[in-house]
Amino acid sequence: MSQIAYLAPTSADEAAAALIKGGATARVLSGGTDLLVQLRAGRLAPGLIVDVKRVPGAIGIRQEDGGFVIGASTPGMTIGEHAALEKAWPGVVEAVMLIGSTQIQGRASIAGNLCNASPAADSAPALIAARATCVIVGPSGRREAPVEAIGIAPGRTSLAKGEFVLEIRLPPRAARSADAYLRSIPRTEMDIAVVGAGVNLTLDADGVIADARVALGAVGPTVALAPDAGAAIIGTRLDEAALARLDDAARSACQPISDKRGTVDFRTKIAGVLARRAAAIAYGRARGRA
Amino acid sequence: MSEVMDRPQTLNLKVVGTRPIRPDGADKVTGKATFGADFSMPGMLVGKIKRSPHAHARIVSIDTKKALALAGVKAVITAADFPDLASEEYEAGESAANLRDLALNCMARGKVLYDGHAVAAVAATSSSIADAALALITVTYDVLPHVIDVEAAMEAGAPVLHAHLFTEGLETKPDRPSNIAKRNELMRGDLEAGFAQAEVTVEGRYTTAAVHQGYIEPHACVAAFAPDGQCQVWSSSQGQFMVRTYCAKILGLEASNIRVTPTEIGGGFGGKTTVYLEPLALALSRQSGAPVKMVMTREEVFRATGPTSGAVIEVKLGAKRDGAITAARVVLKYQAGAFPGSPVGAGSMTALACYDVPNFSVTGFDVVTNSPKVAAYRAPGAPISAFGVESAMDDLARELGMDPIALRRKNAVRDGVKAAYGPTFRNIGYLETLEAIADHPHYKAPLGPNQGRGVAVGFWFNVGGESTAAVQVGEDGSAVVVTGNPDIGGSRASMAMMAAEVLGLPIEKVRPIVADTASIGFSMLTGGSRTTFATGMAVTQAAQKIVVDLKRRAAQIWDVPVEQVDWINGAAVCLDAAKADKGDLTLAALAAQSARTGGPIGAQVSLTAQGAGPGFGAHICDVEVDPETGHVTILRYTAAQDVGRAIHPAYVEGQIQGGVAQGIGWALNEEYVFDSEGRMENAGFLDYRVPVASDLPMIEPIIVEVANPRHPFGAKGVGEVPIVPPLAAVANAVRAAIGVRMTDLPLSPPKIRAVIDAR
Ligand SMILES: Cc1cc2nc3c(=O)[nH]c(=O)nc-3n(C[C@H](O)[C@H](O)[C@H](O)COP(=O)(O)OP(=O)(O)OC[C@H]3O[C@@H](n4cnc5c(N)ncnc54)[C@H](O)[C@@H]3O)c2cc1C
Repeated sequence: MSQIAYLAPTSADEAAAALIKGGATARVLSGGTDLLVQLRAGRLAPGLIVDVKRVPGAIGIRQEDGGFVIGASTPGMTIGEHAALEKAWPGVVEAVMLIGSTQIQGRASIAGNLCNASPAADSAPALIAARATCVIVGPSGRREAPVEAIGIAPGRTSLAKGEFVLEIRLPPRAARSADAYLRSIPRTEMDIAVVGAGVNLTLDADGVIADARVALGAVGPTVALAPDAGAAIIGTRLDEAALARLDDAARSACQPISDKRGTVDFRTKIAGVLARRAAAIAYGRARGRA
Repeated sequence: MSEVMDRPQTLNLKVVGTRPIRPDGADKVTGKATFGADFSMPGMLVGKIKRSPHAHARIVSIDTKKALALAGVKAVITAADFPDLASEEYEAGESAANLRDLALNCMARGKVLYDGHAVAAVAATSSSIADAALALITVTYDVLPHVIDVEAAMEAGAPVLHAHLFTEGLETKPDRPSNIAKRNELMRGDLEAGFAQAEVTVEGRYTTAAVHQGYIEPHACVAAFAPDGQCQVWSSSQGQFMVRTYCAKILGLEASNIRVTPTEIGGGFGGKTTVYLEPLALALSRQSGAPVKMVMTREEVFRATGPTSGAVIEVKLGAKRDGAITAARVVLKYQAGAFPGSPVGAGSMTALACYDVPNFSVTGFDVVTNSPKVAAYRAPGAPISAFGVESAMDDLARELGMDPIALRRKNAVRDGVKAAYGPTFRNIGYLETLEAIADHPHYKAPLGPNQGRGVAVGFWFNVGGESTAAVQVGEDGSAVVVTGNPDIGGSRASMAMMAAEVLGLPIEKVRPIVADTASIGFSMLTGGSRTTFATGMAVTQAAQKIVVDLKRRAAQIWDVPVEQVDWINGAAVCLDAAKADKGDLTLAALAAQSARTGGPIGAQVSLTAQGAGPGFGAHICDVEVDPETGHVTILRYTAAQDVGRAIHPAYVEGQIQGGVAQGIGWALNEEYVFDSEGRMENAGFLDYRVPVASDLPMIEPIIVEVANPRHPFGAKGVGEVPIVPPLAAVANAVRAAIGVRMTDLPLSPPKIRAVIDAR
């Protein structure tokens, strides 16, 4: 019968070394809400589990250079309770807080959500729209990569052997900026996004959108930025015409599949709807800050 | 006072109708209750099942040699370890079964009939060894074409599941086998003439998906086969006697050699009125000589147990302009799953049960398909036919410009009316239930944009049947109530309350227990909404016998004729004025002296309860539809139901709310999804979407009480009626909100958005 070894290293170097040594069947553990479920379901048979939660920096939230640094293994509940973070990045926080339920929130982390590499990962669209980056550590040291570079296909990441995500970094917040995330699920919770839309925007002093980023989840093999969707509302006050262009651009960015959770047609239409609605929420929030 | 009450006691009740804490409550909320998977024995092995990956295939061979050779494997079984039974019908309350089919469903022989069908089982010293052993069993299949859709299965060229199955109920005996196991028909009057009289007709074709009961506790049991042939089973089921009988038949054992102890049950809803694991665990235990525990995973529960039928329902209604229905034609096609026995019979009988229709025909088809054999699910069959009929009634009301409650009132059955399914209704509370929703503020509350309101009604027979109860009085004056009915809906509380009422004891002094098959007389399983009615009747009569005995004992102590003794508030009172100074003799006082008055105090009653009162429910549902996402939000829900008499109103309300919640799930999101190979794609609670708490508003129950004269306190069955109306109540509300009739359940967001786009 297969045996699983478990390590909980207390330094990044130790963790990287263990992962290299563990080889192909070594797995990083943060909250375990994906990993342990997959293991129990027999979809994974790891030989080694490396719990990175004791690595310094993996848990906790701090402000640095005007931005935020979130330990990549920090549980959702801790993120949801951070008032300053919520004020600056309401969209990112609401996306993280949508993951699972109260019980899941006690464990589920951003690193796990991104590295599980599901196209439906709820935190990813909001983080990508926010220009968030990942601090990745591994055998050859430390590097930083944008969130959209992590997932490369369903269940696959760009991380090299021995690498893991230590931190998530959010840039300094410009004035008159806000973000929002919405997802569509058949129920009201405990479900996987059929479509997710994150919008992050900044207004100029006159209330005109100066910068906008839109990212969509569950409508392609990876969560991706939809540059045309962002461009569609820049220079506008989010009037009807701008919203219609946004809807169009968001739908054009979709390359979804039909499966038990939704059809191509439905997913595409809903991407347009959610992009519009998330943009309206973000715009309202940003104006509230003007 | 006569010895046995001849009409229900509805006045001066002290316990019945109150809301005490349930006797099993503390155990459950503190996590101490012992459910099926919690029971263990020393030296116990783990049993697991090898299941078919094909929806339909011939089993060419099964090679178990490697599995048997694996260290730690103690037994491997296949169909060869069970007797090849002859076809024989067995009646057990709600779970009539063909024993051969039952056995073949537990373990496939020669052919697998659905994805998940058991083909072999192992017992090993650990879970991982059992898993490894399953992987070492080689099954060679000859894959056959499969059919799951009910109408496709009825077609002439469809793959035939059973070469021996010839449609029953046809005028001429068919000459070739078919997947249509049975055709049944109910008729009255002259259908053609009825439609000719009609000034308005409506017609519709509706479909429902197969849905699972969704109980939280997966099936689990422990079985121990002793060398002397005495067997014990501990399992979670709706009836320990049902488990005993089925195990005996499937294994060819004497029922008297099997003792079944019911564990606590984590939901059944009808789905635990049959066996899946117990016969296999017994066979594994027999082969290995050790106790064997089997616990299903959720995936196994979905793939191999439950569900209820997916169906096609065709309805045509004709009415006069004043709303009087002149004719109704209903055609029902129900999936049975792998073996005959869909609930289409009950679906047919209930379809028009709420209405007094002069001319009708209801035709039902029981159709086998390559999907798990259906099991009973709360009012089996009734929600499906009601979905069609109540949707059509809603269209009829709209067509007539009539209020939907008024239309139902106009055609309502009432006392003295002969029901569509045969008997004449007496003491029914249907009109009262309709009045209750018509008068409720909900019915008049304003609605906003994209919101709609739907109304639907429902019926269920409720059953009685065989039950046994024993009441024993302890030396301290407390009482134990022993029954043979697993408590799936708060029935222990009701049993204790009825005994407490008769004995005059506070509820805390009465301890209800559910006993094993060797410790109490036979009882039919907990199903058909029968326990509070039938077993409650046995409990009440046993308590009444004790009161008679206590009065005799008091008379003996006081040396007065027994007529001079009454039983008031839990004590014997002497009516003889000359001896009034004796004071009262409480139950505790009499119990303390029992040795001198005839020995221990106790009584047992076994009976066949008749006169279960049929139940009616009327529901109002408000929804809001998001026209862009197709999402339906249930805004408000009110459910009125005639329950005869609510013994414990809180648990009656809980039953109503639970039934509605399940009905809403059925209406909105639940469905079995199969891939092109006939494999279930959503065998888990992530993608099989039962409602979560945040999906539902507070469901407001309205208890209507029109006493059932045949029950000592007037009770009727409660648990099944509330799941009948919601499918149509939700669909009718969606119709009102979006202006389009949705006929195919579930009303999931993609379907609604597509309909809105096409509007
Ligand atoms: C009941 C339930 C509901 C759920 N609901 C949602 C939902 O609504 N939305 C949603 O998006 N997800 C949902 N999920 C999935 C899951 O909870 C999230 O993806 C969660 O964020 C995973 O985080 P974790 O810390 O538990 O990850 P883990 O399970 O620990 O890890 C997940 C994957 O990431 C890898 N990993 C973990 N940490 C790191 C790291 N630091 N560096 C590199 N790789 C790492 C692991 O090896 C594994 O492959 C749900 C899960 C459950 C069980």
